[in-house]
Amino acid sequence: MTRVLEAPPRHRPRPSRTTGQVPPPPPPPGGDDGPDGDPAPQWAVLDNVVLATIFFIGAEVMFFTGLIFSFWILRLAAPVWPPPLQPRLPLGVTGVNTLVLLASSVVMVAAGRALNAGDRGLAVRRLATAAGLGGLFLLVQGYEWVRLIRFGLTVSSGAYGATFYTLIGTHAVHVFGALVWLAVTLLLAARGRFADGGTAPFRACALFWHFVVALWPILYLSVYLL
Amino acid sequence: MSAISATAHAHTAHAAHHEVGFVRTYIFSTDHKMIARQFLFLGLFMMIIGGLLALMVRWELAWPETPVPGLGSILTETGGILEPSQYNMAFTMHATLMIFFVIMPILAGAFGNFCIPLMIGARDMAFPFLNMLSFWVAALSGVLMLSGFFVPGGHAAAGWTSYAPLSAVPEYTGTNWGQNLWCISLFVLGVSSMMGAINYITTIINMRAPGMKLFRMPLVVWSLFITAILLLLALPVLTSGVAMLLFDRTLGTNWFKPSGGGEPLLWQHLFWYFGHPEVYILILPAMGIASEILPVFARKPIFGYHAMAFSMIAIAFLSWVVYGHHMFVSGMNPALGMSFMVTTMIIAVPSAIKTFNWLGTLWGGRIQLKVPMLNALAFVWMFVIGGLSGIFMASTPVDIYIQDTYFIVAHIHYVVFGGSIFGAFAAIYYWFPKMFGRLTNTALGHLHFWPTFVFFNLTFFPMHIIGVGGQMRRIYNPLQYEFLQHQQHWNVFITYSALLLGLSQIPFVINFFWSLFAGQKAPLNPWNSNTLEWTAPSPPPHLNWGPTVPTVYRGPYEYTSPESREDFLPQSQPPLVRAGAARH
Ligand code: HEM
Ligand SMILES: [Cu+2]
Repeated sequence: MTRVLEAPPRHRPRPSRTTGQVPPPPPPPGGDDGPDGDPAPQWAVLDNVVLATIFFIGAEVMFFTGLIFSFWILRLAAPVWPPPLQPRLPLGVTGVNTLVLLASSVVMVAAGRALNAGDRGLAVRRLATAAGLGGLFLLVQGYEWVRLIRFGLTVSSGAYGATFYTLIGTHAVHVFGALVWLAVTLLLAARGRFADGGTAPFRACALFWHFVVALWPILYLSVYLL
Repeated sequence: MSAISATAHAHTAHAAHHEVGFVRTYIFSTDHKMIARQFLFLGLFMMIIGGLLALMVRWELAWPETPVPGLGSILTETGGILEPSQYNMAFTMHATLMIFFVIMPILAGAFGNFCIPLMIGARDMAFPFLNMLSFWVAALSGVLMLSGFFVPGGHAAAGWTSYAPLSAVPEYTGTNWGQNLWCISLFVLGVSSMMGAINYITTIINMRAPGMKLFRMPLVVWSLFITAILLLLALPVLTSGVAMLLFDRTLGTNWFKPSGGGEPLLWQHLFWYFGHPEVYILILPAMGIASEILPVFARKPIFGYHAMAFSMIAIAFLSWVVYGHHMFVSGMNPALGMSFMVTTMIIAVPSAIKTFNWLGTLWGGRIQLKVPMLNALAFVWMFVIGGLSGIFMASTPVDIYIQDTYFIVAHIHYVVFGGSIFGAFAAIYYWFPKMFGRLTNTALGHLHFWPTFVFFNLTFFPMHIIGVGGQMRRIYNPLQYEFLQHQQHWNVFITYSALLLGLSQIPFVINFFWSLFAGQKAPLNPWNSNTLEWTAPSPPPHLNWGPTVPTVYRGPYEYTSPESREDFLPQSQPPLVRAGAARH
């Protein structure tokens, strides 16, 4: 059922592991009607899920561009930034936290290596580590938020609070979403879903993870450092 | 036999044994054709509501502060007279519904879903489940939007553009939950359209049938591909904007409220950065539809296929750098205004290329004035008028005088009604036989088209005149202004035309439902077209084709080709001379 709905295979057909049969070749590309040398998609360049994830990230980039652009507009219009009489954002803790998040991306790459090498146990352990680092990041963020709110920085305390909570909160929601996705992928990996080399769902998840990680330094720079 | 078709064969054999139930076939269906029908019904239903709201607005403008017939039972306190706040609500929701819940669901939702897989030779979308989700999330968004009519304080009333701070401070319009629901609904709709767009793009890139090169794709598929990219990249900007607006209204943030350090103009930038690509999202599918229908009924190849595809790509690129033409009087730097004026005039160039190519297609053709063709011709003609008024407004010295007048309203309706809605009608008449397996009634089709065309022009053309005469948009009572009183007869004339335009839709509704149940059974290829969807049964079954998907041998517009004895040459018909032999 799902087979017919999938894109053409990425590579020329390999013998199936179970029966050793090579699938029949596709039909000839047919007549010519000009030099528009664009081949019909006999072999997809990227798998459907990976392609879809790339476009999804494109949409997310536009979404965050809207937010970050708005942040900069408000910030450049303000006479003093950060406004006086407002708590300062915790630079140090968040800096360390940034490293934690970046490390998770590195672990994710390593997990991909392990998966390609066919070491399922190692891949699952590395995926779990990446998820753990992501979770740690969220926990530290949550702790910081609680402290900031106690110091009196709330959403309604002017442009400063509004921009901080909207931007950082939206990113946190994305990390959380990516964590859920990662958990599902981890489960699939543990069940051996990627054993036959069809790692596209894993690559899609990894792409999105790298995206939310890569977003963070930009936010850290805009909201905390500069 | 190919790998794909072999598995498909196995599947069709398998499908015969296991029928899916009513719910899976008609409600939570993952079949792209059923989802297309669902989007179509959603759009047509919303069109009735949006149309009635428009008639309320027109009544108020022609006979201000008199009871609107039929409204007496709903607005009991005033006996049917629209209050200013309700008038604001009516025009706000008219535009919101028409743009987001009529044109987008019908053109991008219904025809995107129907045409893409069938015309590129795919068995379904790349992600059928995501496709289903995209419809149901859109339906949820529609319910949220409609529920705004029933909350205390009424629905959103700050215009479809919802300029801040008018929209950001509940006290200004007196609506509280209405505007909130407006934001929430558009946020949800943004999620739905993102799912749809990702699906369309992936399907077009990866799922084409053997031989379906990019430049053998029908132009409507090209247009939907580009629309999907615009949807994907433009809607998230609106989504971020409405999220901030909602936070301002509910959580007390200060994105757009100057009192707390916010910036009201920021909303306009976000809105129009989305808004201008959005208007091309509304028109590009209609352009594709016209490019599909004109060659079929002129029995000629499309003039300049590549120019058509590349001009759409050019429009897509340029649509990101023209948005400032909506903000000429917002206090922007004149140098910036000048740049936006120039880019806007440049975007008229690819639009003109398309127009001339349509004319070139018609030139010397054997034109058959069937109902889809009439609607497609109306599209071309009306789009030209709308595009020309656009160029007037693009020039800043002119726009300073006509901005915010009925001239803008005339422009909007020539492009959106005259363009997109005539395109939608053309598409409905053209693909109805394939979509529902039955032919529509020709007499009723004419009875729908001609009055619609005439009363459309009688309604919207005079708006240019009263616009230049100074009548502002969104005013409650034109008689309050002495300098407008002398042209009040035009307002009355327009309202009569609008009422008749509304009545002209009755033959369409009758035709649609009558044909749905009692129309003549449609043959495989009623219009003698070349594209792949006409090789599938009418209506196409689940997975569209039997054991093999068609193989494509040529471009989609080979009409009256010397290669064929008939006046059409389907894309999937193998060449008489073997391709290999012909090379030497
Ligand atoms: C040749 C192409 C076009 C040009 C040069 C053009 C130019 C313009 C300009 C300058 C304005 C702003 C006027 C003002 O507010 O002062 C405008 C408004 C508008 N245009 Fe166009 N336009 C073109 C095509 C289209 C198309 C194809 C559509 C839709 C399908 C469209 C839909 C609209 C809408 C909805 C508005 C009004 C928005 C509002 O303020 O509510 N335009 N156009
Ligand atoms: Cu525009």
